[in-house]
Amino acid sequence: LTSHPEAIIVLPRHKIMKMSVLQEINPNVRNMKPLEYSILAGRLSQIKEELRQGVKKPYQEVLDVYMGDPHKGGVKPLSFVRQVLAACLYPQLVNSSKLPADVRQRAQRLLGRCDGGSVGSYTATRGIPETLIRVSEFITRRDGGVPSNPENIFLSPGSQWSLSILHVLLNPESSPRNGVLSPVPCHNTTTMSVTGLGAVVVPYYLSEEQGWELQVEELHRAMESAKGVCNPIALYIVNPGNPDGHVQSRKSMQEVIRFVSERKLFLLADEVYQDYVFGENSEFVSYKRVLSEMGPPLSDTVELASFHSASKGWMGECGLRTGYMELVNLDPAVMKHIFTMFSTDTCAPVLGQIALDLMLNPPQPGEPSYPLYHMETQNIKNTLAGNGKRAVEVVNSLPGLCCQPLEGGAFAFPKVYLPPSFIQKAKEAGLEPDTFYCSRLLDEAGLLVGPGTEYGQKEGTYHIRFCILTSAEIMEEVLTRLTCFHKQFMKDFS
Amino acid sequence: MFQISVQRVTAAENNNNNNNKNNMSHQAANGVPCRGKVLTVDNMNPRVKKVEYAVRGPVVQRAVQIEKELREGVKKPFTEVIKANIGDAHAMGQKPITFFRQVLAMCSYPELLKDNMFPEDAKQRARRILEACGGHSIGAYSASQGIECIRQDVARYIEKRDGGIASNPDNIYLSTGASDAIVTILKLLVRGEGCDRTGVMISIPQYPLYSAAITDLGAVQVHYYLDEANCWSLDVAELRRALNAARQHCNPRVLCIINPGNPTGQVQSRQCIEDVIRFVKEEHLFLMADEVYQDNVYAEGCKFQSFKKVLFEMGPEYSSTVEMASFHSTSKCYMGECGFRGGYMEVINMDPEVKAQLTKLVSVRLCPPVSGQALMDLVVNPPQPDEPSYTTFMKERTAVLAELAEKARLTEQILNTVPGITCNPVQGAMYSFPRITLPQKAIDKAKEAGHIPDMFYCMKLLEEEGICLVPGSGFGQREGTFHFRMTILPPTEKLKVLLQRLRDFHQRFTQEFS
Repeated sequence: LTSHPEAIIVLPRHKIMKMSVLQEINPNVRNMKPLEYSILAGRLSQIKEELRQGVKKPYQEVLDVYMGDPHKGGVKPLSFVRQVLAACLYPQLVNSSKLPADVRQRAQRLLGRCDGGSVGSYTATRGIPETLIRVSEFITRRDGGVPSNPENIFLSPGSQWSLSILHVLLNPESSPRNGVLSPVPCHNTTTMSVTGLGAVVVPYYLSEEQGWELQVEELHRAMESAKGVCNPIALYIVNPGNPDGHVQSRKSMQEVIRFVSERKLFLLADEVYQDYVFGENSEFVSYKRVLSEMGPPLSDTVELASFHSASKGWMGECGLRTGYMELVNLDPAVMKHIFTMFSTDTCAPVLGQIALDLMLNPPQPGEPSYPLYHMETQNIKNTLAGNGKRAVEVVNSLPGLCCQPLEGGAFAFPKVYLPPSFIQKAKEAGLEPDTFYCSRLLDEAGLLVGPGTEYGQKEGTYHIRFCILTSAEIMEEVLTRLTCFHKQFMKDFS
Repeated sequence: MFQISVQRVTAAENNNNNNNKNNMSHQAANGVPCRGKVLTVDNMNPRVKKVEYAVRGPVVQRAVQIEKELREGVKKPFTEVIKANIGDAHAMGQKPITFFRQVLAMCSYPELLKDNMFPEDAKQRARRILEACGGHSIGAYSASQGIECIRQDVARYIEKRDGGIASNPDNIYLSTGASDAIVTILKLLVRGEGCDRTGVMISIPQYPLYSAAITDLGAVQVHYYLDEANCWSLDVAELRRALNAARQHCNPRVLCIINPGNPTGQVQSRQCIEDVIRFVKEEHLFLMADEVYQDNVYAEGCKFQSFKKVLFEMGPEYSSTVEMASFHSTSKCYMGECGFRGGYMEVINMDPEVKAQLTKLVSVRLCPPVSGQALMDLVVNPPQPDEPSYTTFMKERTAVLAELAEKARLTEQILNTVPGITCNPVQGAMYSFPRITLPQKAIDKAKEAGHIPDMFYCMKLLEEEGICLVPGSGFGQREGTFHFRMTILPPTEKLKVLLQRLRDFHQRFTQEFS
């Protein structure tokens, strides 16, 4: 499959030999910043291959805590969820006694809502209607009674696809271009999506020294910076934060809401880590709830999209690829178009829709599966809190590493001091300094973490991100390897 | 451009939304104050406004409403709605393949691996899949391009299918259904302004995902007409005509072809496939070959051949230069597993730098559903003759395809007995796309009401007979002709009922408007 080395003759444009040369592709795609991950992933594959071939290394396997992936990190799936999915996949199990009664009942009910009684059929565009009702009931319960209308809920293949709302918001033909205010640091796929749609990312910096707090003055500054560059149309916010782990206070959220109202911005609230709150004085409250509590006119006018996902929570089913989006205060005429757009992709994966239903509607006390479910979820919850504490403790004990207190989320994002001699070496290697740090960490300690460059950071600072949603054993091993590597690193480069 | 007023899925008022009293239609936008909304029909992405998708369009939405009314006890001339609008086999009662579901159940709940209710070959495949997953769980993210050993299995399947022609796993991208991969490639390729804007060639009639994606991306749709008089075959002269005309106002760079066809069901001949390949080479077009119905071939003398196979059999002059992508899915064929959103594409001769951009682009969505990837693995790696599950598997597969073939034949036969309906042979896929003759009075009445005539016809059919089809206008058709698309998926007895009612309706309709 090699290209044929033909001589290139000067021809009219449409006769140029190779069709898909780099200049000829969508410039918005070209402009998407490539992932630092791809540099590390290449090396990761190589190392795995070397280990397979028996090459001697100071470690026997690579620990990959780059992504927020609990199952990869050793957290076990919830038995109840997997049993119900299995019974839905193979309905003979519904009639056998191999599975608990409540599992079988759930599966039967859920299958009854699938066309043809099969998880292989498409569902309605926004999702299985009864599941949408379950989602809206969950939201209402969570938000202390604030009503939620199932008609405003869309299930989609993972929260990233919910960002197809961006697709509706961003007008590729507008001049000046649209902009989206986005936090720094921020997980990178969102910023990639914005760029890929031809819009401009307008960064607002979270305050590291204040535990990654969002300060509304910074939002004002960001808006100023956009003048003459683009027309900001939306504010994207992640709470609890990824990668920073900050959980917003109610007061801060109220400031954000007032801000978006004044500045006429659409509010995109990514709340997928809402279950992961372990800071002493932290509490997750949804943007919808805060908005509702602020009363009219704000509660009736601020346009909001909130996102949640089956990839997180105690279930951690990243691989099922399902999430939901709730739209609030949107123009009904716009909603019709959003619906049509969603329909072209038919529907979210059915197994994921079912898992979401179970996640938001878990076993209750008195049901056969409850004790095990409760034990498993408590276990994961405690492990996460323990991991968070341990990670901060260990990281802050190392010279040159400093981690803000972790209030929530699934990651630690410590700042790393990189000596000038190391930064020079990174330049020579053609890598960002923190990517270079991560690649050495991978090579020497078999530990894969993400470089701060991937998420954005203040100029001149460096960070690493690693997932803390792992088993306790793996967390301990991660911290041990990091400690060992970093101590040596500081010796080598000071 | 079709002006279809999209109806809400249910009639229930949106309690949360205080703006019901000012139900702005997109036609009334000019001059109407925007009530302070940030996101309005005026400033939203204008391309999204133009997107339509008939398969889930107004007729279907009305069908859902009617079903609700039936449940509530409203009296109608029928007791159920027969939905023949969407290519969803399981929804119409087709049974899943036992082997696939056994493996997937064990992947989902590995405790079942210890159980003796499942055969050893199913267990072995489940173990292999789980081994390849992070944390041995289908709940972990996979690499964006898809699980490596599954891509290897897909490559092997392609090689076997195509008589040994090599397939490189690095050229395989697993996806969330074929639709995801199709849109991704288009996203990659669409660029330029004004006369340089990318033109995408697609058949008329076509599966409306293409027109929706083209609209959404702001590309230019360049249509080439399939020849209804000749069993919906494709004539290269028509491709050339369309291309030359298009070059006046855009930069055509992509040719999309669906084989077997949707909605038309034709299976392209070897000659035709070669002609298309020669054409794309001469005209330097990227070829997108949608082959999701590759196992759905029924007619005598018809055979599926992949574009890739033909390309390579045409020799290195073509096989090393033509750039293309082929698409497959778990939603069709004999599996019918739409709900899993499994699929893949194979890219051929893509510039390595562009391929790197493609790889970057797919990473934004993280990864395709792992259960769909696992299912695709089973589709490309089914039970072999020496394995315990083989007999049952083959029995089920053969039965599904045989039943589809029979229903294809039945549909064509019965529709052709109706005066005013002509149906081309359903050579493959899952649909018939018959042409209907509408009396002039009906056409006029429809236009009066602001409806497209075949939409008017389908709505009436739905209200009077409880049959849900999709109007031909949703797929594209020659000016002045009318069609509908119906699936051949309802169970045989129900299909017969459907066809009978359709026949009765058409005769009544013709009389009513004579």
